[in-house]
Amino acid sequence: MSEIESFKNNDVDIKKVEFSQVDQPGSAGFYGQAKGFWVTFSKIFKKTLTVEYPEVKAPTQERFHGRHQLNRHPDGLEKCIGCELCAWACPADAIYVEGADNTEENRMSPGERYGKVYQINYLRCVFCGLCIEACPTRALTMTNEYELADDSREKLIFEKEDLLGPLRAGMLMPPHPMYPDMNDTNYYKGEVTQAHPSQDVNK
Amino acid sequence: MTTTEIVDMITVIIDGFEVSVPKGTLVIRAAEQLGIQIPRFCDHPLLDPVGACRQCLVDIEINGRAFPKPQASCTIPVEPGMIVKTQLTSVVADKAQKGVMELLLINHPLDCPVCDKGGECPLQNQAMSTGRSQTRFEGVKRTFEKPINISSQVLLDRERCVLCARCTRFSAQIASDPFITLNERGALQQVGIYEKAPFKSYFSGNAVQICPVGALTGASYRFRARPFDLVSTPSACEHCASGCDMRTDVRRGKTLRRLAGDDASVNEEWNCDKGRWAFKYVTAVDRLTHPLVRNDAGDLVEASWPEALAAAAKGLKAASAAVLVGGRATHEDAYGYSKFARIALSTNDIDFRSRISSDEERDFLAARVVGSSTTYRDIDRADQVLLVGFEPEEESPIVFLRLNKQFRKRALKVTTISSKLSIGVEKLNGEFVKVAPGQEAASVSAQALTAQSIILVGERASESAGVLTAVAALSDSTGAKIAWIPRRAGERGALEAGAIGNLLPGGRPVADSAARVDIATLWGASSLPSTIGRSSDEIYAAVNSGAIGALLVGGVDPLDGANGESALAALEKAFVVCLEIAPSEVTSRADVVLPVAAVTEKSGSFLNWEGRARKFDAAVHDSLNRSDLRILSMIAEEMGTSLNLSTVTSAAKEIASIGAWDGARVQMQQYSSTQSPALNGDRFILTSWRRLLDLGTLQKGEENLAGTARQTVAVISPSRALSMGVSDGDLLKISTVQGSVTLAALVEDIHDDAIWAPRNSRGSQLLVNLGAAHGAVVTVVKI
Repeated sequence: MSEIESFKNNDVDIKKVEFSQVDQPGSAGFYGQAKGFWVTFSKIFKKTLTVEYPEVKAPTQERFHGRHQLNRHPDGLEKCIGCELCAWACPADAIYVEGADNTEENRMSPGERYGKVYQINYLRCVFCGLCIEACPTRALTMTNEYELADDSREKLIFEKEDLLGPLRAGMLMPPHPMYPDMNDTNYYKGEVTQAHPSQDVNK
Repeated sequence: MTTTEIVDMITVIIDGFEVSVPKGTLVIRAAEQLGIQIPRFCDHPLLDPVGACRQCLVDIEINGRAFPKPQASCTIPVEPGMIVKTQLTSVVADKAQKGVMELLLINHPLDCPVCDKGGECPLQNQAMSTGRSQTRFEGVKRTFEKPINISSQVLLDRERCVLCARCTRFSAQIASDPFITLNERGALQQVGIYEKAPFKSYFSGNAVQICPVGALTGASYRFRARPFDLVSTPSACEHCASGCDMRTDVRRGKTLRRLAGDDASVNEEWNCDKGRWAFKYVTAVDRLTHPLVRNDAGDLVEASWPEALAAAAKGLKAASAAVLVGGRATHEDAYGYSKFARIALSTNDIDFRSRISSDEERDFLAARVVGSSTTYRDIDRADQVLLVGFEPEEESPIVFLRLNKQFRKRALKVTTISSKLSIGVEKLNGEFVKVAPGQEAASVSAQALTAQSIILVGERASESAGVLTAVAALSDSTGAKIAWIPRRAGERGALEAGAIGNLLPGGRPVADSAARVDIATLWGASSLPSTIGRSSDEIYAAVNSGAIGALLVGGVDPLDGANGESALAALEKAFVVCLEIAPSEVTSRADVVLPVAAVTEKSGSFLNWEGRARKFDAAVHDSLNRSDLRILSMIAEEMGTSLNLSTVTSAAKEIASIGAWDGARVQMQQYSSTQSPALNGDRFILTSWRRLLDLGTLQKGEENLAGTARQTVAVISPSRALSMGVSDGDLLKISTVQGSVTLAALVEDIHDDAIWAPRNSRGSQLLVNLGAAHGAVVTVVKI
């Protein structure tokens, strides 16, 4: 801002700028043109690299930085504890988190705290992955999904339900209690491998 | 400062630099003078040194003789010839500090990501500056159940505690509420409460604020935000007249927490729990957002601003009007109301006292209070303090902390003239002059004070006739200074702004023609009304008798006054323009309702009881709400006059240009006390005061805070209890002709003729239930 202003204040007049003559190369000779076209011609006989996107989709590299995912513990409880370290690490201020208290009736994650609001603004995200490094519970990881275009700003703010990973076999939809006789440390150590029948409160 | 205190200076060498500090200064504080930061947890400048955490170890040598081991710099005062080497120059001190940090972290859980202190935690910061990067501890950490509620608003996580004893020392030394203590010994040492007595202190929030780890956290701020989310604005507290410096932390337009600011001359670093934890009323769902106008069918409907302003102007112009401004307006807003009454409505019928008040009080305020400046520093230097109609702990908690500080430091003598001995006065070991409610005046006159004494007069002094006359006489005969301490934050500012019938802004008496010319010149008005204005009660009565047809009401609860029925009838009858933040008894009866900004949404200032300006800026910037002042200007424009007060800044400038009044003050008339009523059997005289935590409008929605309110009880004396056969816990029915309340009895030190109950607590809203609060005869029956 201040730079622009100071530039304006200098009162630059385009008419007063001095121009100087620069030597320009002329059109290429026959040899030069033939050399160029040969590159194009020779590619006709080589393997095609372009794909007919979107009909054909080439796989990305394994560690491609795509859309984020909020992971679950093997029993379905969320790994996110709402600590906001991802938001803190984000250089683009793309992440908004609000934490809340886990209660016995409404348990979303092991331990005391869970992420009540979780938003990633994909208009801001630069896919640097610093949030993934910051996450203390490996709740936030990145998928390889790269198709993130849409026609409104609102649609590009992903909410928690857009980001949460799917319920896989053995998982139960939170809220539900923790695995019997396990605490949050056991969860982090990977000692819970699937939901226990007693955790299914809807059964 | 009038006297220069002579202090011995001692020169010491710290890390090779010489520094001269007053005798008695602690080494850690002397190092701060040089900008050398020694890590610490337990050290706090306002608490007694304890040396509990051992983090501040340094090498000390006196006159060539070194201490054999590093010493805690927070407990050792400087001495001549002392050479101190901190962690910056001494390998031994550095190693010792690192070792202490390693020990502190052994049992500290690794839950920084879920801890509310994370990001603003002295332990986190100092572990980075002084600790190791890798742990060597391979054992199992000691664990406790976490977290536990030690009160409804404070949570204790014992795993995180580093046993610095800041919270326990604060509670014992500053608040005199020793409800928490260190229990057990060794690795199991922990902060705890007596299981039957939760941490029900009015000041518990300070313990949360000074906890150097996340061991004590506030229930309402639990998991709400991180420090980097918050935008902090220095602000002033709007709850009482103490005038605390505060910090308001806002996330996305919503206040999430408030902290005590640091102002050595007012609140030091403390505040009360109400100031800290009562702010949700601003974001309450029922806030008024649009102007409302009563239509022909008699319904209040939403209207546009131009429509509402036109309706307000038309109604105020059509009849003779009066202004009622509650005690919560800022100084600038009150000035706006005051000027509006005189210029746009041509009347002196304006009163900020929306509570029980008297003509005696109005005289007293004009004669003794307006323009006066008794300060906290005067309390520090007083030889004796007399409390009249004033309960410092309940009605102005920072005044209580200051009295308590002086009581602890030099056994300051405090005398209270009251019917009931309160917990606060008991803590101050105050002399209790027991009087029957209504008969305080004689006891005031009997006090022996000196010119160094201070009389702290509360707003309740106006509830007994003759008391304020006696206070003025006592001050005249002894030279003792008077300080008037109202309960609400805006009352002193409103008084100085002339929002009362007998005064113009700047303490200029309405009756004085020179004073009127003075203000008329400033305002560019040809003349100002010269009849003394009516008081709140008289205004309501005048409406009911037809003398006044329109009311401009801002921030008033009509049921706070002596005669609620009359007030409600008047609001029903008159054309009422109401400036409010939320629906109330006034808005439902108003003809035009204009929504205004809450304190966090506007800038301005309050004058605290000292008359000291407490300026604040808007903490929430994207609010569409306008200040009272702005809206009054718009109504005035619509009425065809101009207030020339477009902004708060211009109002503040105009107020500053008024200057002090050097003419004659209002002379106080003599009022005498009333006769004590004859009592028999089941008759008592009612007395009461408002508690700090009660059903106040600004505490709406604060359930955690309400959980630490004191129990609602009716207090009677041991001898009356004996004669009535009442013991603690029995239900007593207190009744007047208007109604009754039923409360559990508590037998305590109270005048035999008196019965005490909280004025506005759950189950005991005396003004509404009984239509009386102080001095009225009530019937008490055991049920």
